[in-house]
Amino acid sequence: MPVYTVRRVLVAVPTLLLISLILFLLLDLAPGDPTAQLPLTIPPEVKENIRRSLGLGEPIHVRYLLWLKQFFVNEPLHLMSQLTGLDLGGDRHRVISWQTRSPVVDLVVERLPQTLWVVGLSYVAGIAIGLPVGIVSARHQYGWFDQVGTFVSMIGFSVPTFFSGVLLIVVFSVELGWFPSIYDTTHRVTGWDSLLFQLRQMAMPVAVLALYNAAQISRFMRASALDNLTLDYVRTARAKGLSERKVIFVHVLRNAVGPVVTVVALGVPGIFGGAIITEQIFKVNGLGQLLITSIQASDLPTVQTLTFVFAVLIVACNLLADLLLGILDPRIRYD
Amino acid sequence: MIEAVPVRRLLERHVVRQFMRHKGALLGFAFLVFILAFVLLGPLIWTIDPQFIDIRARNSGMSLAHPLGADQLGRDMLARLMAGGRASVAVGAAAMLLSLLIGGLVGLLAGFVRWLDGPLMRLTDLFLALPLLPLLLVVILLFRESLRAAFGPEAGIFILMVAVMGITGWMQTARVVRGEVLTVKELEFVAAARSVGAPEHRIAGRHVLPNVLSPIMVSATLGMANAIITESALSFLGLGFPSDFATWGRLLFDATDYLQQYPGRVLWPGLAISLTVLSVNYIGDGLRDSLDPRSRSMHSGSL
Amino acid sequence: MRKFTIRLAGLAILAVGVLPVSAAAAAERGRDGHVSIIYWQAPSILNPYLSGGTKDIEAASIVVEPLARFDASGNLTPWLAATVPTLANGGVSADLKTVTWKLREGLRWSDGSPVTAADVAFTAEYCRDPAGGCSQLARFDDVTAVEALDDLTVKVTFGVPKPYPYGPFVGATSPILQKAQFGDCKGARAPECTDANFGPVGTGPFRVTGFRPNDVISLEANPHYRDPAKPAFATVTFKGGGDAAAAGRAVLATGEFDYAWNLQLSPEVLKGMAAAGKGNVVSSFGTLVERLVVNLTDPSPGRGEARSTRAHPHPFLADRAVRKALSMAIDRKLLVEIGYGQAGRPACNVVPAPEIYASKANDDCLRQDVEGAKRLLDGAGWRPGPDGVRQKDGVRLSILYQTSTNAVRQDFQALIKQWWSDIGIETELRNIDASVFFGGDPGSPDTYQKFFADIEMYANNFEGADPESYLGAWRCGNEPRPASQWQGENMPRYCSEAYDRLLKEMAVTGEISERARLAREMNDLLVQDYVLIPLVHRGRVSAHARSLGGVRLNTWDSEIWNIADWHRAR
Repeated sequence: MPVYTVRRVLVAVPTLLLISLILFLLLDLAPGDPTAQLPLTIPPEVKENIRRSLGLGEPIHVRYLLWLKQFFVNEPLHLMSQLTGLDLGGDRHRVISWQTRSPVVDLVVERLPQTLWVVGLSYVAGIAIGLPVGIVSARHQYGWFDQVGTFVSMIGFSVPTFFSGVLLIVVFSVELGWFPSIYDTTHRVTGWDSLLFQLRQMAMPVAVLALYNAAQISRFMRASALDNLTLDYVRTARAKGLSERKVIFVHVLRNAVGPVVTVVALGVPGIFGGAIITEQIFKVNGLGQLLITSIQASDLPTVQTLTFVFAVLIVACNLLADLLLGILDPRIRYD
Repeated sequence: MIEAVPVRRLLERHVVRQFMRHKGALLGFAFLVFILAFVLLGPLIWTIDPQFIDIRARNSGMSLAHPLGADQLGRDMLARLMAGGRASVAVGAAAMLLSLLIGGLVGLLAGFVRWLDGPLMRLTDLFLALPLLPLLLVVILLFRESLRAAFGPEAGIFILMVAVMGITGWMQTARVVRGEVLTVKELEFVAAARSVGAPEHRIAGRHVLPNVLSPIMVSATLGMANAIITESALSFLGLGFPSDFATWGRLLFDATDYLQQYPGRVLWPGLAISLTVLSVNYIGDGLRDSLDPRSRSMHSGSL
Repeated sequence: MRKFTIRLAGLAILAVGVLPVSAAAAAERGRDGHVSIIYWQAPSILNPYLSGGTKDIEAASIVVEPLARFDASGNLTPWLAATVPTLANGGVSADLKTVTWKLREGLRWSDGSPVTAADVAFTAEYCRDPAGGCSQLARFDDVTAVEALDDLTVKVTFGVPKPYPYGPFVGATSPILQKAQFGDCKGARAPECTDANFGPVGTGPFRVTGFRPNDVISLEANPHYRDPAKPAFATVTFKGGGDAAAAGRAVLATGEFDYAWNLQLSPEVLKGMAAAGKGNVVSSFGTLVERLVVNLTDPSPGRGEARSTRAHPHPFLADRAVRKALSMAIDRKLLVEIGYGQAGRPACNVVPAPEIYASKANDDCLRQDVEGAKRLLDGAGWRPGPDGVRQKDGVRLSILYQTSTNAVRQDFQALIKQWWSDIGIETELRNIDASVFFGGDPGSPDTYQKFFADIEMYANNFEGADPESYLGAWRCGNEPRPASQWQGENMPRYCSEAYDRLLKEMAVTGEISERARLAREMNDLLVQDYVLIPLVHRGRVSAHARSLGGVRLNTWDSEIWNIADWHRAR
């Protein structure tokens, strides 16, 4: 298992490097000029000054290597020196956002908790709903539960989140007044009351994303369980006289969950995509909202770093799924 | 080689029967036909210009002159729904076709050409790890202006959107096709064809393609549903079509502000998007169920 | 609701007993607790010299302040300065080349240190550093020196006479920074001072306790604020992000926030939200006017190089009667109702504000007069032809009407086209992408400068409260033409000796009321010659909770310029 783990991690590194190169090259073609957002009343020579002070105009490979160094050497060093209190980073240059003139990584670190909270919780909720629904649906294929489950999950697929989100706000914030419509990012959980508030303000964004997740997971779980239900080992188990419950929840579940893990991991990019819109609607102001505002302001260093952070998160999720599969199914390790 | 054909016929007939038994799929199919007729043939019957402003009718509810009411400027909702549907369905279909084309090609190449298999699958993995929506946003930001200048605002965004969704949506198809090709390649009739000296491209066209058609169709339906949703999400983020160009996503987004005053205005585009995606998904579901050999044996046991 | 009434009654009884105490409490800083503000564009930095964005400048205005600023009606008001220097009080020199500011006494930064003239001089130095990339450099145009004469006096010297010397240190875009904090942040180091840029030490009513860029700012009352009774609030949350509808909802419908900025929403949506009764919608007007510009020269392609230049007058728009008829046929009230609601009002002037500059001579434009327009055209010899389009000597009244792509503008085009067809004028509509239309690319035929059309529509305003440079646009010779690479602001190609004479007079007039008279006369010339047809005076709409008192919306300066006076209404 450790060898397998190390191998998987090592494969992830060139993937990430390649992604970083793709992102860098893509963004470098950007006609977007960070000074384009400035009011028209600012004279061109002032704009030129601003541009030069932002470090535009170096050749491309120099900037890429510089960015790599900043991202993979300077930033970790800086983080270490912050953690240990020792001065390891020194006066090294960090990736600076053009819009806020502050280190991008600090912004990301500030935003990460909100996004992970909402996305993570919605994933957990999605799995908690999706797995059982998928299994029961498969067990009684075309039964009433399956039909209802299929219908609800289809709704989860087909209603755009920007619409379901606003609908929730109008119903639960405006009409009923149960939940706040605007997420308070400065809120700190210190006790039961504040925890309750945190749960209340997360309820709607999590619900919107969880519906989508549960829809997806239940569909895959259903398909995967259907595949397994017809296999010989299930017949054998049944023939042995095991209770139906045991057959389903011990044998089928364990075998069927494997492919679902892969699919769930593959769905992670979609989840982060959905999170961008949900964050925008509920003002969660996490990574997705940061990305949108940076795109609108042509803040290339931030956009670059953020898309890369998304890629890292996705690769990490895939890696996690692979490792989980390795545990669930020992045969995979030897492929 | 000779006997492969009747087996396929039989299979097709069976699949159709199986599909007809899937009530959701059947309903979905019927609705999709209806929607296509609505957006393509509807404007021939309902000839009001979707951009025409009838200022006296603004915010009016259902009436004979405006069966679905009129929007905040007095534009006819029915006409706009048809025009918007044409745009949305066109985006969905075009993006789906493009991603099928790329995915199918990559899958076939990877399945048949052994030395390409490794690199192409690594490329697929790489694309799967890309954050798609962020990337989509970035690409639209980068290339919108130049394409707009070259093709005009609507066509430019259309090309861009379809291209990006196609380029970022082909991976599932490629994987499925490759897997299927590898399986089919080992089947007896293909081995037989090869042994009598049939060239590789002939084998691909005659034997493999028909067999991978079913998984392709499934991912096609899902891809189309996805593209329609993505288009509406882009409209929401302000990176889609120009504001006066009707698409279902844009209509829904514009109406969201009026959710409380005129709920009806949200209803129609919302229903159109949801039901279209729903029906496409149901069709995919039905196809999957009826094409899956195991569920096939489970239900009929005749094959 | 009932519970609320009972509580109110209880309060009233209590109030009788505790009146003296609450009067004392009313004078106490921070007595009203917390206030929350939502800006749907999130501030990304709190140093206005490093950002051109309104959101950043307004957020910073809570913390850092200028020497003088504009009040809600656009009048210059001393802020950190004791008085506004003028010719009359001797603050501005007779040659109009120097201006001397005197600081109020006893001002302190939020860290307790005194504010001195050296801080003011440093602020100029900071922004004028060529390596710093200062966004507000234009405010320091023609400044040759800024010197601190003593602790409270600072002298600004210009290289040329400046009848209106209120560029530097005036308004939210040009506040005073603390020398002690920004001393090491000059020039190329400016962007590196993240802590300073995110939490400037200021003189304003609040100071920053936490800044999350593009998300939220937490502030608390400044203990060293100059008025011991202010601000009434102890803490402020300044949230950013989302969209105008959500911000409006949070104040008007759910009551989660106290103040929402710039609600660019359709009139009906706002009305629907306000119906919940939790908040008030307020609007205020600056100088932004949506207008039609008439091309006085011939734009027909047949003119070749001389197309849309003063070489050839326009075949029918050169006739003032036609131009006037175009204006008379328009129902400005309906345009406002459809396009802007509370955020607009019918406009008859190109200089609509400040009050002393706004002419009252043109108010008859408010009434749509289709019949009058028809009579006018009849009288001028333009008779309806067989197709209903008026003509004279073979010239048909057929107009090409262009504007930028924008939902409201397209609606306006469609409506105006309909009105003009009512008076027998044919119109072809054309809309051009905003980035091209306003792009100023001399290679493109579709820019608003080239004006290869008969009528075009856009909005324009002037910065600050002085219209001199704005009115200068329509002087003879400032028209875009091939020789000027199609640069210039005189879009109608207007050329009037009377107008140019007034403009020259204004350039050497320092007295405000005299300048205002000149501005009004120039405005009347433009409007009564119908070379500019004003349509809508566009304003800013914001909303505040019913319980928030003291809000005075200001479009001349930061919208939240008087946050020190905000309080809970009782």
